[in-house]
Amino acid sequence: MLATSSDDVAVARRTRRSPRKGSALTDRPGLGMLFVAPLAAIVVVLFLIPLGVLVFMSFQDWPLLGGPKPNGIANYQAIPSNSLFTGAITFTLTYTALATVAIFAVSFVLVAVSNSHRPGAKAYRTAFFLPYVVGTAAAALIWFAAVNDQNGIANTILQDLGFTKGPWGFLDTPGQALFTTLTLVVWKFIGFQVIVLLVGLQAVPAQLYEAARMDGASTLQRLRYITLPFLRPTLALLLILSITGSLLAFDQFQVLTHGGPDNGTITLVMAIYNTAFSRFDLGKAAALSVVLLVALVLLNGVQLMFLRRKDDQ
Amino acid sequence: MTTTTDNTARSRATRRRRAKSAVAGTGYHLFSGVMAAIFLVPILWVTLNSFKTRAEANQATPTWFPHSWSLENYGALASYGNGIGVYLGNSLVLSTLVVIGTVIVTVFAGYGFARFRFRGKSLLFGTTLLILMVPYATILIPLYIVLGWLHLSNTVIGLALTLVMFQMPFGVFLMRNSFESIPRELEEAALVDGCGPIGALRYVSLRLVTPGIVTVALFSFLASWNEFLAPLIFLNDDRQYTLPLMLVGASTGLYGAVNYGSLQAGIVITIVPVLLLYLALQRYYVSGLVNGALRG
Repeated sequence: MLATSSDDVAVARRTRRSPRKGSALTDRPGLGMLFVAPLAAIVVVLFLIPLGVLVFMSFQDWPLLGGPKPNGIANYQAIPSNSLFTGAITFTLTYTALATVAIFAVSFVLVAVSNSHRPGAKAYRTAFFLPYVVGTAAAALIWFAAVNDQNGIANTILQDLGFTKGPWGFLDTPGQALFTTLTLVVWKFIGFQVIVLLVGLQAVPAQLYEAARMDGASTLQRLRYITLPFLRPTLALLLILSITGSLLAFDQFQVLTHGGPDNGTITLVMAIYNTAFSRFDLGKAAALSVVLLVALVLLNGVQLMFLRRKDDQ
Repeated sequence: MTTTTDNTARSRATRRRRAKSAVAGTGYHLFSGVMAAIFLVPILWVTLNSFKTRAEANQATPTWFPHSWSLENYGALASYGNGIGVYLGNSLVLSTLVVIGTVIVTVFAGYGFARFRFRGKSLLFGTTLLILMVPYATILIPLYIVLGWLHLSNTVIGLALTLVMFQMPFGVFLMRNSFESIPRELEEAALVDGCGPIGALRYVSLRLVTPGIVTVALFSFLASWNEFLAPLIFLNDDRQYTLPLMLVGASTGLYGAVNYGSLQAGIVITIVPVLLLYLALQRYYVSGLVNGALRG
């Protein structure tokens, strides 16, 4: 054992990768199935069956308290003429575009700050990340309290800094409510993006920067020709995560804006939720869910394609 | 003469560079400090507000620091609905169930995937990862129906099982990789020494995958503690509400006129456990992000 030759290590490594025939454990498939049985049961009962029920439901007229009646593709056909749905789709797409741009823009600044070797950089990083651990509902409630028109501190800050004379209506119009929610979303989610970008940056070999500097490359050139190509898969992943996350927004609007004012900030998931549990129309809610699901699966497929192409290179 | 000029010029350049970097350093800390403060202020502000008197926390001209410190806002939470203790307890029970459930399911499954060969293995693994692809908000409604069939609607068990399901892709991926990184010779030696397969798992491998287990437990705790939509759909009874549900209820006047001081006290009770947990287990959190969440 003491004189482990490199051959032994190689053998050990190989056996670790691929199950060796005749091993005491791999030859007991029954036991293996037993170990994965709880997982399999949950996957079937709580994932595959609900997925099937969802698709089935989308072709039914199904009031929450009552039985299903088949109605073909009527639920899908009704989507374009349902103003709750079309409004939610438009709003969610707008929100997704703005949130993604805002999160990317701010995260680049914070990454530049956090990626420093100066003392204190680590503390800054922790400060940026802490809000990500706070739940979205709790974070939205902090904003709810901060912008309330009785005694919210946000207006005091704005007025003390001289940005506004009178109180600013953080939730007065759909536009203002969207802006306020965007500040919440940037605050809450940016830490994740910063950490992921930092991890991505660590993978860039330092020698490359050295070599480029010796060849006289400017900071911008180093960013363009070294950092960006290395970060591309990370950026693609973050872009998809930001888009899919934003398309599924619920907590922040449900808690902070309640979809208002004038139903101007209702997201897709809120529309689904309201259709199912306020209007008791499971069929229509399911049809919209299926549309959202397909859109997201396609998005994820595009992401996989990007990542795969990266691996091929 | 020339050398002296050279030297002075050089030292002047060095001095200038140093002065420049000192200025840059100050500028860096000034900017970063302001950014960090912006990120911390909301948390500090609710914390400070929660310790004000009810009157001060609700007065029309808001203050930053409490004029007099008070636990009045926390005390008032006792009279919200069934009392804050009930909701805190519900949140703890739910999170504990989800953590235990996720760890058991993913440790066993991770071990099964890493060590055994059986039919349908890749199919099951692939299907589990597929859960990540399906936005969970879209299947909560059919889940609500299915849980009804199982007589689990409006129960904490049904809700916990659902949340376990959403934690499984990440957990199984991480646990399988953890087990795969342990030489199987270690277990086989244990088998030769007369351990059963369960014994080999328990006495040999489980100790080596503890970091993975801590990571899975941490992620599932944070997710279930913070979850809002699933409890909103699955729990109909105020007595079963978790902290986020109760707080959102309080913000909409479910328990009487909105008292911002108490609302903020409730927020503090909700966010302090996750903040402390994160600060204590930061290492596991980041390694989980790197090894599981990103690759998965």
